[in-house]
Amino acid sequence: MEFLMALMVGALVSAAVYLMLARDVLRFLFGLVLVSNAANLLIFASGGLTPEAPPLVPEGLKAPPPDVANALPQALVLTAIVIGFGLFAFALILIYRSYQTMGTLDSDRMRLAEPEGRD
Amino acid sequence: MTSLIVRAATRVLVGLLLVFSIFMLLRGHNEPGGGFIGGLIGATGFILYAIAHGCAAARGALRADPRSIAVAGLGVALLAGVAGLLAGDAIFTGQWLFLGGAEGEKGLPLSTILLFDLGVYLVVLGAVLTIVFALEEEV
Amino acid sequence: MAATQTDSRALTRPAGLISVAVPLALFGWFLQFLPEIAAGGTVVYRIDWVPSLEVGLGVLLDGLSLTFALLITGIGALVTLYSTSYLGGHRDYGRFVCYILAFMGGMLGLVLSDNLLSLFVFWEVTTISSYLLIGFDADRGTARRNALQALLVTATGGLAFLAGIILIGMAAGTFDISGIGEPLASHPLYLPIFLLVVAGAFTKSAQVPFHFWLPNAMAAPTPVSAYLHSATMVKGGVYLLARMNPSLGGTDPWFWTLVLFGGVTAVFASVMALRQTDIKQVLAYTTLMALGTLIMFIGVGTEYAVQAAMAFLVVHSLYKAALFLMIGVVDHGTGTRDARVLRGLGRAMPVTMVAAMLAALSMAGVPPLFGFVGKEFLYKAALDLDVGRLWVTGCAFAASALMFAAAGIVAWRPFMGKPADTPTAPHEGPWPMLAGPLVLALLGLALGIMPDLAEPLVRPATAAVLGVAAKVDLYLFRTVNAAFVLSLLTFAAGFALYLSHARLRAGLSRTPKLFDPGWDRLMDLVAAGSTALTGAIQTGRLRRYIFVTFATLAAVLSVALWRAEVTLAAPDFDDLRAKHWSVLIFIMAGALLTAFTRSRMTAVAALGVVGIGVALIFIMFGAPDVAITQLLIEVLQVVLFAVAMLKLPHLGRDMNTRPRAWDAVLALAIGGLTATILIAVMATPLDLRLTAFFEAASVPLAHGRNIVNVILVDFRALDTFGEIAVVAVAALGAWAVLRGTRGARP
Repeated sequence: MEFLMALMVGALVSAAVYLMLARDVLRFLFGLVLVSNAANLLIFASGGLTPEAPPLVPEGLKAPPPDVANALPQALVLTAIVIGFGLFAFALILIYRSYQTMGTLDSDRMRLAEPEGRD
Repeated sequence: MTSLIVRAATRVLVGLLLVFSIFMLLRGHNEPGGGFIGGLIGATGFILYAIAHGCAAARGALRADPRSIAVAGLGVALLAGVAGLLAGDAIFTGQWLFLGGAEGEKGLPLSTILLFDLGVYLVVLGAVLTIVFALEEEV
Repeated sequence: MAATQTDSRALTRPAGLISVAVPLALFGWFLQFLPEIAAGGTVVYRIDWVPSLEVGLGVLLDGLSLTFALLITGIGALVTLYSTSYLGGHRDYGRFVCYILAFMGGMLGLVLSDNLLSLFVFWEVTTISSYLLIGFDADRGTARRNALQALLVTATGGLAFLAGIILIGMAAGTFDISGIGEPLASHPLYLPIFLLVVAGAFTKSAQVPFHFWLPNAMAAPTPVSAYLHSATMVKGGVYLLARMNPSLGGTDPWFWTLVLFGGVTAVFASVMALRQTDIKQVLAYTTLMALGTLIMFIGVGTEYAVQAAMAFLVVHSLYKAALFLMIGVVDHGTGTRDARVLRGLGRAMPVTMVAAMLAALSMAGVPPLFGFVGKEFLYKAALDLDVGRLWVTGCAFAASALMFAAAGIVAWRPFMGKPADTPTAPHEGPWPMLAGPLVLALLGLALGIMPDLAEPLVRPATAAVLGVAAKVDLYLFRTVNAAFVLSLLTFAAGFALYLSHARLRAGLSRTPKLFDPGWDRLMDLVAAGSTALTGAIQTGRLRRYIFVTFATLAAVLSVALWRAEVTLAAPDFDDLRAKHWSVLIFIMAGALLTAFTRSRMTAVAALGVVGIGVALIFIMFGAPDVAITQLLIEVLQVVLFAVAMLKLPHLGRDMNTRPRAWDAVLALAIGGLTATILIAVMATPLDLRLTAFFEAASVPLAHGRNIVNVILVDFRALDTFGEIAVVAVAALGAWAVLRGTRGARP
């Protein structure tokens, strides 16, 4: 499964980078979502893959059974997902707002900070 | 979006979702769940309500401004952390009180941990609703 | 230039009072150390500041630093007293007081630091505060330009000095000046250390070819010039070389570099002094001459030479501050500083005249003033030399003769003769402006008659520079010797130069200016270079920036992989089931569809497919909490997209959406690299100690059976708190973007 995992992360990253290099900032946003997913998977997979044993301690015991999944990357990924959503929402609203202000989603034409004419 | 069936169904559904979200929050320490998940479920409930009845109604049902909820959540979480400090431990050290606890019986566990998780719940709920309501009202 | 009205009431205002009281109190405080230091003692005191970097706020008070400290605070008090009148009515007087006190503090720190790193910090404090002082009249373009020039030249030198300090730390194993035991002359790093330290000293003390900033710094208000160019700022380099003499001095490169550059500066500057028509500029160049002389004699390094340099240091500080302050009075009283115009001021400004004459006689080296003592000792030290006697004596002689003439131009001619027309009728200045020049000039006279009084300062200072105890015996006159004869010759030559100075000036003014225009050309070149560079890099196209960023990432990852020499095991497909393959297909198809679809709704749906696929993986590998969170987020994401899409245009409208080959290559490269790294990471054994702790402690310590949640809200609660704070801030920020800027259309 490790190989398939790497394949998926690689595919997600490739698609994300390709999208982030587009002129359309909405595509950039799609790329951002994909790269968040890829990063989460990457962190998750780096912690080792243990099939179907959530890190829970059964009622009455003091410690979990020996082969439960690694809890640490799960905790990291859980907050990363929520923060990733915060980032996504903020970026979406920024894009929405800049479309209202500048009338375009073409990053080449969003030139408030560095006006055209110098290059 | 404003069909009668949807509106009628959401009334029931939203209530269920909110109860479920609290349930997820409370059981989070021992089973899958917790403040993040509970907050997200709660937010989903209110969003559903907003879709069916409009944002103004959803805001009314929520009573408080979602921004205030988010900030209040941060305050609650911080309070839970400071409590550890007051007890002489490092900041954010959990403090436990087992109400009615006896030999071999835990009783009702109350803790700053639960308070902290409640803070997380409120932040997530408030933050998500802030964004969604603002965007919906803008469009 | 000094279009500032005087206002003596400033002395009674808090700013004025503080500006005088602080240096005065410090002067008194330092004075109490005089007996101990004169007896050959040193005071070392240290506070640890940044122990890990070995930076201590060490204080080293010996003869050298005490001499400087007394000059800094004493002249400082007179200058600030003077400023209460000269600048008291200025609208930014408070700002001036802040700057000059900051500068004074920096200067004191510089001469008192025992640690080279803290010395450097104070060195830079003086650089920055002198920049602010020189550019004090910020409304004038020349003031700003000249201040910037001084800043850039001295700060560049300062960087060299910092590099030198670091090398010294490596060579000596300590940054404490008092801790550098052995001289560093035989260390392999000696030459670079020496060159870097000298670069710092020469820029600060304005030696040729870095001298040009100093005359330009005359754009500063006169009290600032009087302070910076008599006892403080420009003496910083001299102080540094004197301080480093025990550890760096005594070598051939030291001797020849200092003697040659110092001599050239002294002679060049005193010739240039005759060229000026502005008497303040004349003084500026004579300051250069004094600095050159000091550096030359420190380079010579014999006991006699160092003693002469220390005596001359005090001499120069006294008369130069007096003369600068006097020029301010003249400027203020007449409205001009033009040497060709100023004549016959003696009757209208008698007190100023007395001060000016005394100071100028000291500068000319005429007995019985302290200047004569200083010059005599310079000559004696020069004539004593075995190596380079002719050069040092010649330079000292030429410079002294020219100085004699310059003294006449600055302080004799303006007061003598028939009164000439000046922009305003000449009148005497108020007492705070006269006190400074008069006190300093009289001090020069007193020390000239009784040179023994200076011995308690000069002797320990000489000892500190030499690193061993020194016999110092200052006297006005004992016998007719070679030095005395040379002095008489100096007067004759100087007098002749003075008589012909008008013709000399005319002749000199035809020589082209080299350094200042050269500086401007250099600055233009730098500006053009950075414009070209910025134009090439900053195209203003977001895509290109992102491309460069990702390309750099790819390069860094490749190098990292290559250096780590990863060997990848062959993929193992044995335990794969249908569900694994289906998730793979799910995610890959979603990613591909998102990347290439032209319909935004398809893209959102495809993103949802990817998200659900990821959630499935979380479920498959025992992460129910994460999976639930992921699913809920997917729902919210779709809701947000759906709402926003109502007002956003379709994908790629009026945009060129051809397939982008290079982008695809880069994307595949980064994807491939990430996958390779992940395979390598998963093949290495995990360090599970932290997880093991969490598993073992979850129930007994945290009373929770869901380990993930326990980590989030208990073990790592502080991190979680930071994370929810980020979420809240993102939400508030998004809200502000939507609502806060409503109506603010550009």
